[in-house]
Amino acid sequence: MSAANINLKLKIWRQEGPNVVGNFTDYDVEVSPDSSFLEMLDELNNSLEKEGKDPVAFESDCREGICGTCGLVINGQPHGPVPKIATCQLHMRNFNNGDTIWIEPFRAKAFPIIKDLMVDRAAFDDVMYAGGFVSVNTGGVPDANEIPIQKDVAAEAFDAAACIGCGACVAACKNASAMLFVSAKVSQFSLLPQGQPEKYERVQQMVKVMDEKGFGSCTNTYACEAECPKGISVKNISRMNRDYLVSKAVSKTV
Amino acid sequence: MAVLNSKVPDGHISEKWTNHKFSIKLINPANKRKYDIIVVGTGLAGSSAAASLAELGYNVKAFTFHDSARRAHSIAAQGGINAAKNYQNDGDSVYRLFYDTVKGGDFRSREANVHRLAEVSNNIIDQCVAQGVPFAREYGGLLDNRSFGGAQVSRTFYARGQTGQQLLLGAYSALNRQVGKGKVKMYTRKEMVELVVVNGKACGIITRDLATGEVEKHSAHAVILATGGYGNVYFLSTNAMNCNVTAAWRAHRKGAFFSNPCYTQIHPTCLPVHGEGQSKLTLMSESLRNDGRVWVSKKKADMRAPGDIPEDERDYYLERKYPSFGNLSPRDISSRSAKEAVDDGRGVKGGEAVYLDFRDAINRLGQPAIEEKYGNLFEMYETITGENPYKVPMMIYPAPHYTMGGLWVDYNLMSNLPGLFVLGEANFSDHGANRLGASALMQGLADGYFVIPYTIGDYLASEKPELIPTDHEQFVKEESEINDLVKRLLATNGEHTVDEFHKKLGRIMWNKVGMARNEAGLKEAIEEIKEMRDSFWDEVKVVGGAEGVNQTLERAGRVVDYLELGELMARDALERNESCGGHFREEYQTNEGEALRDDQNYTHVSAWEFNDVGDWTHHKEDLNFEYVKLATRSYK
Ligand SMILES: Cc1cc2nc3c(=O)[nH]c(=O)nc-3n(C[C@H](O)[C@H](O)[C@H](O)COP(=O)(O)OP(=O)(O)OC[C@H]3O[C@@H](n4cnc5c(N)ncnc54)[C@H](O)[C@@H]3O)c2cc1C
Ligand code: SF4
Ligand code: FES
Repeated sequence: MSAANINLKLKIWRQEGPNVVGNFTDYDVEVSPDSSFLEMLDELNNSLEKEGKDPVAFESDCREGICGTCGLVINGQPHGPVPKIATCQLHMRNFNNGDTIWIEPFRAKAFPIIKDLMVDRAAFDDVMYAGGFVSVNTGGVPDANEIPIQKDVAAEAFDAAACIGCGACVAACKNASAMLFVSAKVSQFSLLPQGQPEKYERVQQMVKVMDEKGFGSCTNTYACEAECPKGISVKNISRMNRDYLVSKAVSKTV
Repeated sequence: MAVLNSKVPDGHISEKWTNHKFSIKLINPANKRKYDIIVVGTGLAGSSAAASLAELGYNVKAFTFHDSARRAHSIAAQGGINAAKNYQNDGDSVYRLFYDTVKGGDFRSREANVHRLAEVSNNIIDQCVAQGVPFAREYGGLLDNRSFGGAQVSRTFYARGQTGQQLLLGAYSALNRQVGKGKVKMYTRKEMVELVVVNGKACGIITRDLATGEVEKHSAHAVILATGGYGNVYFLSTNAMNCNVTAAWRAHRKGAFFSNPCYTQIHPTCLPVHGEGQSKLTLMSESLRNDGRVWVSKKKADMRAPGDIPEDERDYYLERKYPSFGNLSPRDISSRSAKEAVDDGRGVKGGEAVYLDFRDAINRLGQPAIEEKYGNLFEMYETITGENPYKVPMMIYPAPHYTMGGLWVDYNLMSNLPGLFVLGEANFSDHGANRLGASALMQGLADGYFVIPYTIGDYLASEKPELIPTDHEQFVKEESEINDLVKRLLATNGEHTVDEFHKKLGRIMWNKVGMARNEAGLKEAIEEIKEMRDSFWDEVKVVGGAEGVNQTLERAGRVVDYLELGELMARDALERNESCGGHFREEYQTNEGEALRDDQNYTHVSAWEFNDVGDWTHHKEDLNFEYVKLATRSYK
């Protein structure tokens, strides 16, 4: 810890509001390599505020890589250069003195920019409202150990359930497809016995809303998997495609 | 006591909840849709409440300042959730969970509430599994458990190191289903900034839209706050960046009593501060203490690298002071001992950190075994610090983590203000002076899934279905007061940023109202906070405007509330002349440095009534321990 500070040039996307034109603005910063990327932006904002200037709007919350709130495109890569972490887990020791860093929001038609680096990802929630659940009411459910679930099946469901809803997959995809995100939720339930009764209806409903919300289609380039901070596998996309095809073949009452 | 009626039902502890459910008023299913309920907060407590109430037929409006319900701070909980299932056949029971929680809370919680919590704990696990929450399982396919936080039974259910995430996503899915059905109207990016009270009853809220800046009025037959804890008063804590006290505090200003604000929990195993720019602290799971040994140098300001400090110059202080529990001593004891070592100048290189060393465990069990157990945590440590904990001991230090205090509620989870209910970490109810590991998730979901759906009916049954319209003069007045507050904040043009104020307050709180408190320090803290409050309006600078996104303005409003809360925490700590759980007063300790409770004078809940800024009336709710006998904790 506590190596010498480094000096960097930041090129940050500034955009005052949803419907105005944005542009890159340059900032020079000096930062400790032990700082996180977002702490660097905090410090920049603190100095901007002191000068009476508008700070850079960006979002974060847990700063531990679990809530999915943060998300920046750093030098062209969603969540930056280090694989399998979210933006908030990126530390400045991954950069060198004198580097220029380009910082942009997650761009996609379905994720309109609110301000600067903040985007609106409400379309993800809309997909979830359509079917991202098991239809059980509170109470009146069987004992938790009534249905044993094979350990490896539970683990696979967990792997899919680990998605943090950050949207990096959409930002990484040239078509801005949400297939990785949607398939992660579909897979979690498709793997578990609890998800079986609604398996086919769920996938149809979620895919329908996904299409309506303006996400693009999947052309199997797998850029999503490469940028996903949680390592969500594209196997989930194949599983969802399978479920979807079957769902089209079977009628609801079969 | 006249002002505070806890409404604890009669009967044997094991029958109170059952009897109560039978005797409270019900609303018939067809009439439920005539009632609107506002739920503020969509963490475990809020999401589960909103979903369950909507299932019953109520019209629910759910609010969160986050961009999605799924982002609530609950998502970050790692360790697990307790339940008295006794799947391991190791002698667990509802009564034992009840007993452990009362004792763990250092005899400062309400027995009846805790017993109910233990009773419904099992339903929570059933509910979550039915929703598709992927809990850890054994090879036979049944649910796995582990022991947590010093419990002598294995009752903690977990989902890798992401239990909070999976539970929240479960509750979020139940909520989504109701949003899809139109029974819950979801309001995201809306921050509640005021509670509206008409004729002494809570009947609505004022919100500010964090994307547009618009101030809006919402009315309902009842308001539920599930808005989380206030740990961020310390600036640096393990809480998410946006956790804040505003919803609870503004309700407090409107008449809701604030209870036991001085009960705060400091977690012993967090990553130490790296510098001035530090924005928050990261928790390292407590499970590390199963194999790591905590030590510091015996010498002050020892600048040597850890590997250069020979064995006989190391002080394994937990093992030395608490031979039977050693490195697994409870959270408060471990935290305080670390602070003592640091205050004595024996922290890592004279600074604020102690070592958590796996060398012996690696030698004993081999690196693969340690990797298997803690691989993720070691990786996380390396990502953040850039150091490899297989080679160099970890550095840890305690950090504010959880707040046991909160708004006062009765057995129905209703505050002293009729129509205002408080759930989850935002209320004071179940953990007394200290919360046990894996019990906050349990409480949040108990409140939301299994308590409020019943108890809210008891209130609503006597309410008329007519809504107070949002053009009522009280709504209009509150709305204009919020607009004024915004204007006043934006009119400031001092030298200091909002964060600078927050950091300064955090330092005062950490040094004087933190892990160990004393009379002189608390009095100083009160004076210093008052001064800060006075200078705030002249010296702060809030840039930007009222429209659109203004994150500085958001934070400024929250700091205004912290500057009042901070004083109340210090006053509460000063009033409580004893040490209990997370509240350690240096004057009240045994010769061995253990907390000294004063059951004669302090077996009560403190409840503070707001009169004016810096002026409160102190009320008490006496606590009776009929089932768990008052006894001194001992971990020697
Ligand atoms: C790092 C960490 C690890 C933890 N691990 C564990 C564990 O292993 N086991 C355990 O039992 N507990 C654990 N805890 C504690 C536990 O996570 C929390 O106590 C619990 O999740 C709180 O849930 P909640 O629903 O009460 O509030 P939160 O999850 O904090 O939710 C608060 C909600 O209120 C909303 N809100 C707040 N104010 C407003 C406002 N003014 N207007 C609109 N919306 C508002 C927020 O948007 C959010 O939706 C941990 C805590 C931390 C910090
Ligand atoms: S699939 Fe990965 S990249 Fe996409 S939202 Fe989920 S966690 Fe983010
Ligand atoms: S801030 Fe939560 S994932 Fe980055």
